[in-house]
Amino acid sequence: MNAHLIIDASYFAAAFLFIYGLKRMSSPVTARSGIQVAGIGMAVAILGSFLYAFGVSEEVKPHLLVNVGLAVVALVLGLGWAWRSGKVVPMTSMPQMVAIYNGLGGGAAALIAAVELLAGHTSAAIELAVTIVGALIGSISFSGSVIAWAKLDGRINKTWRIAGQQVINGAVMLATLAVGAYVAYAAHAQGGQVPTALVIVFFAGALVFGVLMTMPIGGADMPVVISLYNAFTGLAVGMEGFVLQNPALMIAGMVVGSAGTLLTLLMAKAMNRSVSNVIFSNFGATGDEAQGEIKGSMKPAEAGDAAINMRYASKVIIAPGYGLAVAQAQHKLFEFVKLLQDAGVEVKFAIHPVAGRMPGHMNVLLAEAGVPYDIIFDMEDINGEFKEADVALVIGANDTVNPAARTNKSSPIYGMPILNVDQAKQAYVIKRGQGKGYSGVENELFFADNTNLVYGDAQKVMVAMIQAVKSLEGGGH
Amino acid sequence: MDVTTTITGFVALYIFMLAAFTGYEIIGRVPAILHTPLMSGSNFVHGIVVVGATYALINATSVLEEAIGFIGVLFGAANAGGGYVVTERMLEMFKPSDKKKA
Repeated sequence: MNAHLIIDASYFAAAFLFIYGLKRMSSPVTARSGIQVAGIGMAVAILGSFLYAFGVSEEVKPHLLVNVGLAVVALVLGLGWAWRSGKVVPMTSMPQMVAIYNGLGGGAAALIAAVELLAGHTSAAIELAVTIVGALIGSISFSGSVIAWAKLDGRINKTWRIAGQQVINGAVMLATLAVGAYVAYAAHAQGGQVPTALVIVFFAGALVFGVLMTMPIGGADMPVVISLYNAFTGLAVGMEGFVLQNPALMIAGMVVGSAGTLLTLLMAKAMNRSVSNVIFSNFGATGDEAQGEIKGSMKPAEAGDAAINMRYASKVIIAPGYGLAVAQAQHKLFEFVKLLQDAGVEVKFAIHPVAGRMPGHMNVLLAEAGVPYDIIFDMEDINGEFKEADVALVIGANDTVNPAARTNKSSPIYGMPILNVDQAKQAYVIKRGQGKGYSGVENELFFADNTNLVYGDAQKVMVAMIQAVKSLEGGGH
Repeated sequence: MDVTTTITGFVALYIFMLAAFTGYEIIGRVPAILHTPLMSGSNFVHGIVVVGATYALINATSVLEEAIGFIGVLFGAANAGGGYVVTERMLEMFKPSDKKKA
């Protein structure tokens, strides 16, 4: 029996199933089967990898039983913990869960590099260089993702900034690279033997750099960073795949590396920022710049009046933001939408690319409430329709509907594409209070003549709106 | 029959290049509504690292290597398992109008 033939075949199958699965995931109709296809690929590859036990060298044989046992235990524990935590996490906390799983993957890639280095498996220059670079990227992804998780989960609230931070970051990076280069050089010169103490210093430096790099970044920018670390982990996995001569890791890692990089760029673009801007500058720090005078005043409206107005409109467009999900109001919102639809009102959802905490996060939150995806539209597809809409309803969104992004050059959000809510005949904004958005910018929409503000918790407002429309129908049907 | 693969130099570069283009093409055509599930899905795919960690652990010859390898498999398995569950939960919710029930 040739174990290696079966292992290679399983990896080939896995690589095919991953790519085919991701392809299916790129359309909402086939998406669910896509992840299942990729899941089969993963199962095949994991089972295949245990066949390594049949081809180990003589010096490994005394350890084989223990090693295989440890592998099974680690696999069961890791899968079990992740399965449980993934099942119970609420949809609003999804971004930080993705961050932590991603960080663990990066950590695993770094640990593979650590084993390869400490075991002295290779002395070839290219392999050593790739091992070191992969270890560096994987370690940064690990510690950075943990910080990103802690921030999004509210465990770290401070954005930690000190003077000369970029100089310190640069120095740590250079020092880590220098140590890494020396480790590779020493291993090359001594036939694979590495200076253990320096390997530890190298990993410590890489981990510290990941922390330093992530600490100054604010919560609003975190999705871009998570996506970036996702790409990092992919690259690290691909590189360690090369070191292990494992084509499945190489292909899967590099596919994710490039896909993740593109996704990061798309996200940054949607927020009108460059990736380097997100990482190297402090967005919140420029908040109190001069803003143009805003004319008009904020006009309050009763929830019931707003609801009845929408009930007799012919077209309503809803612009939801993260505040909707925070208030857990998406189920009530959909109930209200169904009432409007029963009354013959055309209702559409308009989703800004960065609504929620990640691009597409709002779609997930609406989908959770049962809103069908064919009444949900991307910004570019629906922005032209606002001027035909009788009512635009804004719930828990702020910066993404601020017309200042179009007109006010001194505004920090100038140039960001926004939903054209201000072009609707009437706009209602459901808001908890008179606060500002993430960017700290005053919203000109709230002061416009055709805008009324409905103050209150989004869920309570939705309940009031549902009651108002129901009482109109004369107590039922 | 010797079927042991060795991937060196340019062959590795070819694999990396083709895989990079594949990833780019897949994501480039995806509607924004699927960006979050897809980020999560690609997060799952690099969970394949568990396979590499398993290889490293099975071939370990010292307690230190076994310890590091064990944590590696643990982390990799969590990446794969968590990525799968979370992605599946998200995608399961995407339904068109005609299938809606309350």
